[in-house]
Amino acid sequence: MRPPLQRYRNILDFALSSLLRRKGRNLALISVYTLVVFVIASLVFFVQALKHEAHELLVQAPDMVVQRMVAGRHDPVPLAQVEAIRSIRGVDEVQPRLWGYYYDPVFGGNLTVLATEDAALAPDAIWIGEGVARSMRVKEGDLIPLRGYDGQSTLFSIQKVLPETSELVSSDLVLMAPKDVRALFHFPEGLATDLAIQAGNPRELPTIAAKIVELYPDSRPILKSEILRTYEAVFDWRGGLMVVVLGSAVLSFIIFAWDKATGLSAEERKEIGVLKSLGWESADVLLLKFWEGTVISVTAFLTGVLLAYAHVFFFSASLFEHALKGWSVLFPHFRLSPALDGYQLTVLFFLTVLPYTAATLVPSWRAATVDPDAAMRS
Amino acid sequence: MRKSTLCLAVTGVLSALFLAMLVHARVQERTAALRRQPSAELVKRLGLTDLCLFTEARYTRHPAMADRHAAFQDHPMALDHFPSGSLLAPPAFPSPHAPPPPAVPEHP
Repeated sequence: MRPPLQRYRNILDFALSSLLRRKGRNLALISVYTLVVFVIASLVFFVQALKHEAHELLVQAPDMVVQRMVAGRHDPVPLAQVEAIRSIRGVDEVQPRLWGYYYDPVFGGNLTVLATEDAALAPDAIWIGEGVARSMRVKEGDLIPLRGYDGQSTLFSIQKVLPETSELVSSDLVLMAPKDVRALFHFPEGLATDLAIQAGNPRELPTIAAKIVELYPDSRPILKSEILRTYEAVFDWRGGLMVVVLGSAVLSFIIFAWDKATGLSAEERKEIGVLKSLGWESADVLLLKFWEGTVISVTAFLTGVLLAYAHVFFFSASLFEHALKGWSVLFPHFRLSPALDGYQLTVLFFLTVLPYTAATLVPSWRAATVDPDAAMRS
Repeated sequence: MRKSTLCLAVTGVLSALFLAMLVHARVQERTAALRRQPSAELVKRLGLTDLCLFTEARYTRHPAMADRHAAFQDHPMALDHFPSGSLLAPPAFPSPHAPPPPAVPEHP
């Protein structure tokens, strides 16, 4: 082996022996360090993957949804508006949507009831999401009663359970014919919950929205870009909330690591004094401390990130998914696809590895520049 | 065996796993588009606007469609996801305006 490389290996050997002499303290440090990297990396992976999934799915959402506002709350839209909006230049299609919520008192969950005109849907039958089937413990062919506006229960046969792979968008859905939705909720004819609009050119959407508001001042158009932005904001907020909760733990770690890295014990000062009196140069002592810091921080970073990846993408972020997903009774089961962001990984690396390694060098440099005799006597 | 050899071997294995993680993520990203297909079709066909992630309240189930985000509109203890939720106490439950609960017959 070439002499310079051999020199580095010798110093690394010495650094490892030095770390092993204080085995307990350094193992505790690596464990806490790894835990902090693990938690932060899990959060970054989870939030990033959810944001990516939301974007990829909701990019298929209607270009615009038009609601009607009455006294600050949304109200059913008259179907008479459909033709007027369709005649606006740039609008390709206007689809009235009929949907609402159904609270199931038995399992205490909210279902989303949505009308569909799918020809495959049999009369008096419904299609349900996998989450509904799981919560109600029902399967295809079973009958379920839904309590209508008048307190009377209507039996619906389950014709189909929507595929498990679509649970992220369909877990709580109950799809039924428009006439059944109207009958269940006593929803008046001639009204829809809102209108879904498709436009040929997405750049015309703001103009179309302005024309709709001009035509119907009580309407509230929601653009697809706003839907996507809502999800960005929701996940940023939920991720940020977790960071705030974890903030105190991270701060404790920073104080612990800073104390460990910056304060040299009397034993360590004496060790540096002995090394210098044996002929070590200040640069060698600094290299020794650099290796000590690098071994700890790189090991903690790599282990923490790998564990976080396994936690989020193989074990569905089971440790803190409840905090991020909310307090839903009806809970979708889904597996996230990795959406790693190189920038975030780099930031994580620079925020965890570099400060610790740098923090170990300053006090060592101070100790390495004093007289060996003074260092040993201190 | 020298300690440095063991240390470099462990770091090498961890680095290899890290690279494998990046490759796995890239491969999964490609297959995810295929796995996402049924959901994407459903979103397009039914005109869905929201993910079914938080079903506890209307404004969390459909955050993009909700009223201007009124807190506690579904249930006195339904948590909201806004900072005000940590400052504003939920209304008393049962409400002071609610009718008194039915008398429970005493156990014989």
